Amino acid sequence: MFEAIAFYLFAFLTIAMFYIVVTTKQALYALTALAAGMIFISAFFFILGADFLGAVQIIVYTGAVMALYAFGMMFFDSTRDVKEKQGNKFIVVGLATLAAVLVVVIFAAPMLSENIVAFYPQLEGVGNTQQVGLVLFTKYLIPFEVAAVMLLVAMVAGIVLAGKKMDLSLTLMNAEEIEEAEEKNKKVLS
Amino acid sequence: MEKYLYIALFAPLVSSLFSALFTATPKKIFTGIIGSSLIFTSFVSSFILLVYILQGGEPVHVEMMTWMATGDLYIPFGFVVDQVSVTMMMVVTLVSTIVHIYSIGYMDHDKSFNRFFAWLSAFVFSMMILVMSDNYAGLFIGWEGVGLCSWGLIGFWFHKESATWAANEAFIMNRIADLGMLIGIFLVYWNTGTLQYDGAFEAFKHLDTATLTWIGIFLFIGAMGKSAQFPLHTWLADAMEGPTPVSALIHAATMVTAGVYLVIRSHELYDLIPHVGLFIASLGTFVALFAASMALVNRDMKRIIAYSTLSQLGYMFAAAGLGAYWVALFHLMAHAFFKALLFLGAGNVMHAMHDELDPFKMGGLKKVMKWTWIMMTIASLALAGIFPFAGFFSKDTILEAAFAEHHYVIYAVLLFTAGLTAFYSFRLVALIFHGEERYKIFGIHPHEAYRFMLIAMSPLLILAMIAGILQEPFFNMVEEVLNAHEYHIHSHTTLWIMLVGTQIFVGLAILYAYKKYARPGIKVPDGTSATENSFMYKLLLNQYYIPYFYEEYLVKPYREISEIFWHKIDLKIVDATVDGVAKLIYATGENTRDMQSGNLSTMLKWMVAGTVGLLVLAVVFGLAVRYSDEIMVILSGLGVM
Amino acid sequence: MMEIGLNHYLVLSTILFAIGLVGVMRRKNLLLLFFATEILLNSVNIAFAAISHYYGDLTGQMFAFFVIAIAASEVAVGLGLLIVWFKRHGNIDLDTMTSMRG
Repeated sequence: MFEAIAFYLFAFLTIAMFYIVVTTKQALYALTALAAGMIFISAFFFILGADFLGAVQIIVYTGAVMALYAFGMMFFDSTRDVKEKQGNKFIVVGLATLAAVLVVVIFAAPMLSENIVAFYPQLEGVGNTQQVGLVLFTKYLIPFEVAAVMLLVAMVAGIVLAGKKMDLSLTLMNAEEIEEAEEKNKKVLS
Repeated sequence: MEKYLYIALFAPLVSSLFSALFTATPKKIFTGIIGSSLIFTSFVSSFILLVYILQGGEPVHVEMMTWMATGDLYIPFGFVVDQVSVTMMMVVTLVSTIVHIYSIGYMDHDKSFNRFFAWLSAFVFSMMILVMSDNYAGLFIGWEGVGLCSWGLIGFWFHKESATWAANEAFIMNRIADLGMLIGIFLVYWNTGTLQYDGAFEAFKHLDTATLTWIGIFLFIGAMGKSAQFPLHTWLADAMEGPTPVSALIHAATMVTAGVYLVIRSHELYDLIPHVGLFIASLGTFVALFAASMALVNRDMKRIIAYSTLSQLGYMFAAAGLGAYWVALFHLMAHAFFKALLFLGAGNVMHAMHDELDPFKMGGLKKVMKWTWIMMTIASLALAGIFPFAGFFSKDTILEAAFAEHHYVIYAVLLFTAGLTAFYSFRLVALIFHGEERYKIFGIHPHEAYRFMLIAMSPLLILAMIAGILQEPFFNMVEEVLNAHEYHIHSHTTLWIMLVGTQIFVGLAILYAYKKYARPGIKVPDGTSATENSFMYKLLLNQYYIPYFYEEYLVKPYREISEIFWHKIDLKIVDATVDGVAKLIYATGENTRDMQSGNLSTMLKWMVAGTVGLLVLAVVFGLAVRYSDEIMVILSGLGVM
Repeated sequence: MMEIGLNHYLVLSTILFAIGLVGVMRRKNLLLLFFATEILLNSVNIAFAAISHYYGDLTGQMFAFFVIAIAASEVAVGLGLLIVWFKRHGNIDLDTMTSMRG
């Protein structure tokens, strides 16, 4: 019973938050609503017994990703209202609903009809985190490493794109060239 | 012996292809020389084959390769040299060689010299295929080939509107007749299962008369077109637009005789349907008289000779129709010689008179052009049938055959036509060569043709004189093949009366012509004299208004219909449909171009829409697969599957 | 109604996915478009976790991890590009970005 109440409560909240994200005219409200929605989604993970996943959701998604968005927001003029030209609402909503329903139908159909054999069954008596660790570092090791490389690449890309004077390499130039570059920069700025 | 067959057949082809290499270059005399040499080679091979056949050799029969072997139809490229075809081969190659040599001189100043020889040799090749083929399909190939080369040669000077018109007329009329011939060939195949002569003729014996009649009639329709019988005769006179050597070769000696050859070759068929033969003979007789009447008043030198050819073709068909095939073939041979000689002589006159064609504007040319005068006079004597020249032996035998078969009407008409023939031939000779020199009024300075041209014409002259003695050996040669029999008129006195009477009649006609036209004081008619305005004269001069009739009632309505079809149907419907398809595609492209607005939001919407579409399809098909049995039940209930 | 089954979670996931799609199609501000993309990814995560729970299989959770990892890196790179664009053009309104007009 508690499960049912929790489910419906969080479901309602999540839908409300995401609805705000999609429809509000102010960017800051959208950001805040998104962060809240993320937290509520982690609640779902806890309900489902995926503890580790829930924790990761809060830390990574709400913490890191939303913080990233927040920093990004500082660049843009977010007090202005977002002007939007509205298309036909019905087409948009209708298409979206249809797409969602179809995707679920297609992917759920096999599962609902046959008996599924679990590849990596959950073991009794062991905590979720430990189980996740076991599977992650044995069966899913390669995807793990690849994901790590990908994160590295994304980090470097983010720095290069957003940083200043990223076309010069300070470690490869000698002292005179660095001074020259600074002189030029000063002249440009003043 | 086969190699002689192949040499005779393919030497003209080699000559044609060789000359064709130079069609775009200015005159090169070696095309003429090599062309003539190759045709002469063909003549020598044909002569060797003739000697071989005369000595009693078996006909040479080769099958070069298979043309079609589909289902039940088997048509090879086969050639046969028997008595009939070797006669034709001799005629064709001899006249062709002479014409080739003559043309070197005649086309001297023409800038399309090389192209002329290419066409001319191609014609000879097609004619050889026609006469040497051993099945109806090969004959038809040659038939079409000579039609094509005739078109190319009549319209040789294609800058002239009249020449191209005449070429088209000839080709189209031939085509119309070829439809009949094709139907005939189809009928032959349908009823006998083969197109080979020997096979078909065997099978003909077992067919019923009605079928044979149809086959005979349709094949003869083809012959009518090629040999210019009424009503498909107008093209022959107009074909004189081509150069004179062309007229000599094609429209005197070879192409127009292809129809006669067809009838002679199919004699086994026509023997079985004598009523069709009688129709052919009657038509031939009619044409003989018809053409001779038009030649009486004509003022175009080559046209007179053309009508003469038409008339003689009528004689040949009369003979063939009466069953006297060997006589027809013999007359074909003799006629080729003296008619070609006449045309070549006319060519000399034309060249001398700077292409003037009206004999009234000439006169007294015998002083300047002695040899041409002699040749044309002898040729005309042969044409008229005066003893001992060639025409006497062939024409008189036709008259005897008509009389002996008790077709007195045909006999009478042919006899009368013989008189007319003599009259108009010598009218021409008298106007051109005798009398006072009217050409001086027009400031023309004529001269005789080149010596080598005269030398080239001399074999024809000799043959025109002596071909009569070849009648007996010829008869012996073809006796078996053509079911030939001599014509005996029962009473000896009747025979003598006929012979002498014919000669006197013809002689009187010649003298009358000389009297009328060789006297001084002839003026160039200018449309004012009483004779010119008389009804008969105008009727004959306008060819009985038949060309006018064709033009008004056949050509013009056809052109109208064509225009209607072009504007209303072709442009509006066919073109519109094709253009419509293109326009539709183009419009689709134009309208979907708006999809690429560059706006990411719009594109995202389209992306979702596309994905939804694909997903719907996936679900529908998945469901269809899942419930396929039930769907089949429903559909079969509806009666669809 | 009381018994929460897999279907409930799947319906929830569907609704969230639809909301995300609406956002993707509707939003003209590029940053807000990214927000809508996040919603899409999260709805999918819920679906994975739910299936994993109801079938006793850990594969779903693994997948959800990797989705989170990828989403994080995508945000990093995406924002970087967005900043560069903003520096160059001064606004991030989709309706002005039509240089790829066909």
